[in-house]
Amino acid sequence: MAGIYLHIPFCRQACHYCDFHFATSHRQLEPMVNALIQELESRKDYLEDAPVETIYFGGGTPSLLEPKHVDRIFETIFRLFPVVERPEITLEANPDDLKGEYLKFLTESPVNRLSIGVQSFLEEDLKTMNRAHSAAEAHACIDKCRDAGFDDLSIDLMYGLPDRTKADWIENLEKALQYRPEHLSAYCLTVETGTALAHQVKKGKVTPADDQAAKEQMAELTRQFEAAGYEHYEISNLAREGRYARHNTAYWFGKSYLGIGPSAHSFNGQSRQWNVANNVHYLKALNAGESPAEKEELTFTDRFNERVLLSLRTIWGLDLENIERDFGKTALHHLRKESRFYLQKGHLEERENRFFVTSEGKSMADRIASDLFALENDLL
Amino acid sequence: MKHIRNFCIIAHIDHGKSTLADRLLQQTGTVSDRELKEQTLDDMDLERERGITIKSHAIQMNYQHEGQDYVLNLIDTPGHVDFSYEVSRSIAACEGALLIVDASQGIQAQTISNLYLALEHDLEIIPVLNKMDLPSAMPEEVTDQIVDLIGCDPEEVLAASGKTGLGVDKVLEAIISRVPAPSGDPKAPLQALIFDSVFNPFRGIIAYFRVLNGQMRAKDLVKFVNTAKEYTADEIGVLRLTPEKRNVVETGDVGYIISGIKQAREVKVGDTITHVDRSCEDAIQGFEDVKPMVFAGIYPVDTDDYEELRDAMDKLQLNDASLTFEPESSAALGFGFRCGFLGMLHMEIIQERLEREFDMTVITTVPNVSYFAHTTKGEEMVVNNPSDLPDPSQLSAVEEPFIKAQIITKSEYIGAIMSLCIEKRGVLNNQVYLTTDRVELTFDMPLAEIVFDFYDRLKTVSRGYASFDYHPFGYQKSSLVKMDILLNGDQVDALSALIHRDNAYEFGKKICQKLRELIPRQQFDIAIQAAIGSKIIARETVKAVRKDVTAKCYGGDISRKRKLLEKQKKGKKRMRQVGNVEIPQKAFMAVLQLD
Repeated sequence: MAGIYLHIPFCRQACHYCDFHFATSHRQLEPMVNALIQELESRKDYLEDAPVETIYFGGGTPSLLEPKHVDRIFETIFRLFPVVERPEITLEANPDDLKGEYLKFLTESPVNRLSIGVQSFLEEDLKTMNRAHSAAEAHACIDKCRDAGFDDLSIDLMYGLPDRTKADWIENLEKALQYRPEHLSAYCLTVETGTALAHQVKKGKVTPADDQAAKEQMAELTRQFEAAGYEHYEISNLAREGRYARHNTAYWFGKSYLGIGPSAHSFNGQSRQWNVANNVHYLKALNAGESPAEKEELTFTDRFNERVLLSLRTIWGLDLENIERDFGKTALHHLRKESRFYLQKGHLEERENRFFVTSEGKSMADRIASDLFALENDLL
Repeated sequence: MKHIRNFCIIAHIDHGKSTLADRLLQQTGTVSDRELKEQTLDDMDLERERGITIKSHAIQMNYQHEGQDYVLNLIDTPGHVDFSYEVSRSIAACEGALLIVDASQGIQAQTISNLYLALEHDLEIIPVLNKMDLPSAMPEEVTDQIVDLIGCDPEEVLAASGKTGLGVDKVLEAIISRVPAPSGDPKAPLQALIFDSVFNPFRGIIAYFRVLNGQMRAKDLVKFVNTAKEYTADEIGVLRLTPEKRNVVETGDVGYIISGIKQAREVKVGDTITHVDRSCEDAIQGFEDVKPMVFAGIYPVDTDDYEELRDAMDKLQLNDASLTFEPESSAALGFGFRCGFLGMLHMEIIQERLEREFDMTVITTVPNVSYFAHTTKGEEMVVNNPSDLPDPSQLSAVEEPFIKAQIITKSEYIGAIMSLCIEKRGVLNNQVYLTTDRVELTFDMPLAEIVFDFYDRLKTVSRGYASFDYHPFGYQKSSLVKMDILLNGDQVDALSALIHRDNAYEFGKKICQKLRELIPRQQFDIAIQAAIGSKIIARETVKAVRKDVTAKCYGGDISRKRKLLEKQKKGKKRMRQVGNVEIPQKAFMAVLQLD
């Protein structure tokens, strides 16, 4: 089983916090689509004929793709890869694109899941972040998607935003809940270096919420959504009735994926590789028939560490039996030894021969993973 | 003997001593141009990089002057205060000295202190203005400084440039005509001064000496007077670019001896070599057992590397007898060594040599000086580690080493330098104007104050226009207290320091603040306290981490995130634990980085 990720590196405007790779000029849209198709062609063997279960259009803003682009990409994928019967095909979209003809086109295309970049239902938040849409558009687009027949919607929300009271946040959560999306992703605002936000923070114009406040917001979100029947199945993802994001879940289970487009990553079980994060260089490489990618082979220790890092973030936890099977007894001893502190502290718990982060441990997941990591020689 | 000239070079760092020395070697044909790597005399990599001569060397040149063959022995001297005893022994082996002064910089503190040493030994001084090729050279002004200082005739000051080769022949001429020939008695019993030694992995210790009286022959049975050890002179010879074997080293000449000595500490600079059979009556004056002035703990980063560190220290000591060490253990750092150094530079050199030559990364604790503690029972004890200081209830007094500090600067910086020195418990002794805008300041100061961030601050307040030199002159009673650092109530022994009572509060506050910056946040609050006895004098808190998780982790995030967390894991592994608090290595040097 495998997935395909396509990176669409264009946006209408730059959000102040974003350090993803994109361009705001769309002159290269057409050549980029050609290049993506060319990369798909040239890497058709990467997944070794594994059935493709999921396809994901991420970005950037994939909803900037015109219908003819989307059609050409699907034509290529279905021609080159064995796509399963009922695949999950997600497209990330901005609320302001999900209307009229375009929405209609999407309904008729193979896309069967939308991930909507709402971020917030509050007008001020959207302004602070320099989002392209308004709060009204955020509200309207969800109803429109439902009316158009989409029954698998995910919305993104951001917490830890500047100047928000607890009441603001609760209001935001209530607005999100009223639509009963199948899926919700919640991300903490992170100040990435080189972004407009980082500049504003440095100048003292903007102060993001402190760790404690951000932690409480996430806890509030979890409380409300769990009460409404959602499962908090990964650090930043919640779903109802088992509507997990199949594509993303595959990442955490170490399945193969093919990443197409600038800055996209690929994984085949042994190595990871990533395309250059620059539109011009990417196009140049493809035009010259060269690989735009850098590659790293994963060592035994790397694979162990990835297992720890990714499993602990999920509701399925870190399976100790599998650890012993895949990495041996030493690895199991290593984990037992390094986890003692967190088990004692109540940040980790052990059930049915698995480690899970507790609700308190969720806010420390990176630190826990790091402490459970092995260094070279630890596993010998 | 009357055609031998023994001379050394006195110069401040960067005044071009090594470059000029190379020119002398080139002009006399001692080295070919091809062999002349930059700065031939400094053959340790470290020295070449730092541009300072750490271990002194000697080299013999032949030169024809007015139809007569001369033997010129250049004895190179280290330029740093840490090695001033070695300098004094090199000077004692000479009859003359080139006083090299940068024509654009003028006289500096080290020039003066070494010059005084040379004058004490009645050396003939040949002043040389170097770097005359520089556009910023100011020969008249610097000549005046020199004339004022040594009372010579302005005509006697030579102009040279190591870079272009200007005036090098004049310098050689002056060495022959002005430096007196050695005056020893060839028939007297052998009396030779050891002025340096080097370690050779195949030959053992090679001692460099100057024969004052008598002569030394290969296979002679010799005795080192101060260590009272006897050896056969397996091989003797003179020091060309590489050692050259000889059967005899005559009176007045400079040579080397190899006698199967394995340990550097058997060969003491300043010791006298004589014959076992026909010993000289007196040892040569001025011998001292060099004592370390600065002490610090050296610990392996990885506690498992203790034995490896011991091996490395043993090997370093083979060729550096001034390094002392003994095992010690610390609750915070595990097993390591308390090491004694001649000074701060020496300490840095040892640290770097451990890294370069032995691939050992070490944690060095805050350096301290050696104290005398007097107990109420009337005992006196040497304290080389603040944590060994007796309990205050049993302590009647503490003495600490004092130095005479000599600072030469421009007059505009006097005020700033005075405040700095007074803050450092200095007492002004003397203030002399060398020229209208150059001043020499002399202070009495505790050595311990030099050990903490003195050089850097001196450089800052004088914008680099101050040169500094010092000499220890003895111990004085001081009102010192032991300040401990506690992390969540547990004392960190490696961070204890002896400080003057008046500075304790200020110092305690600063070090707590510095530690707050350096100790990473952990999952609980960390109280950092400075205490004198049971009294807390300062406190800071490192707040607990509330949240340590990044929101998204998808296909493109995995590699980067794994690497980041691996790096954190590695960093953590190198930290030391006291109680439940993890301390990064750099925290152990925190005291040195206070502003």
